[in-house]
Amino acid sequence: MKSLQEFLAMGGYAAYVWSSYALAAVVLAWNVVQALRREKQVLRTLAARARNRKDAT
Amino acid sequence: MFDRFHKYASPPYFHAFARRLSPWLFGLSAVLFVVGLVGGLVLAPADYQQGDSFRIIYIHVPSAWLSMFVYMVMASAGAVGLIWKVKMGDIIARACAPLGASFTFLALATGSLWGKPMWGTWWVWDARLTSELILLFLYLGYLALQSAIEDRRAAARAGAVLAIVGVVNIPIIHYSVEWWSTLHQGPTVTKFDTPSIATSMLIPLLAMTLAFKTLFAAVLLVRTRCEILEFEQHTTWVRELTLGAESR
Repeated sequence: MKSLQEFLAMGGYAAYVWSSYALAAVVLAWNVVQALRREKQVLRTLAARARNRKDAT
Repeated sequence: MFDRFHKYASPPYFHAFARRLSPWLFGLSAVLFVVGLVGGLVLAPADYQQGDSFRIIYIHVPSAWLSMFVYMVMASAGAVGLIWKVKMGDIIARACAPLGASFTFLALATGSLWGKPMWGTWWVWDARLTSELILLFLYLGYLALQSAIEDRRAAARAGAVLAIVGVVNIPIIHYSVEWWSTLHQGPTVTKFDTPSIATSMLIPLLAMTLAFKTLFAAVLLVRTRCEILEFEQHTTWVRELTLGAESR
């Protein structure tokens, strides 16, 4: 079994390997968060619009 | 058969379907990510030529495959919307574009991070890299079109035409490593004979590929729901749904 230091060092390629994984984590998380946040926002905006309409009639 | 297609392709039905399916896909994707990351970072041995740098493959290859897959989904959905006037086609195509752009960016960036230690350079203008960059521009062009055209139907039509014309780039990306001599390594997995990769390296790659794909599908469903609501905001069912969601 490799030691933790060895694992983190990635055979000397730590900078390249870990920045790839970090970048992927950021991009994927951003996709998920942005989509869910947008859905909430759309629901809120449309609900407000629908309420205004109801009040007007 | 067509009755059933119309039922599934109707926005209210698809919205409900997407709402039920997406949590399962998010869950499945999380499990696959755990399997792929443990297998790829811990269990798989270092490559005899590339050492531990080969582990970038578990990000790079799934995102590169997905960048082309998402494009085909986008172009097909756009074509369905354009030819048969199926509203869900327009909606799905529009929801695909930002996802596809982000996977293409990820494929290019991780490719660069892999190229630097292996080839000694961040970037070369060879066939594979250049055609993948063109793919990114196609996505960005599509997104620019969508935000430039106010009318959603017109934007969908223009976007679909752009997406369909851009399909010509997909086989170019795929075969670029065979047609031209390039710095990019040849295919390892998608060859017709047995893949030239050890099983302990291949299994995490498949897990990561499926993890990326299910995550794409889950986020696509969320984005599609947003687009459906905006497309259909003047209909009764959307009004009732949004008011219902608020009172809950």
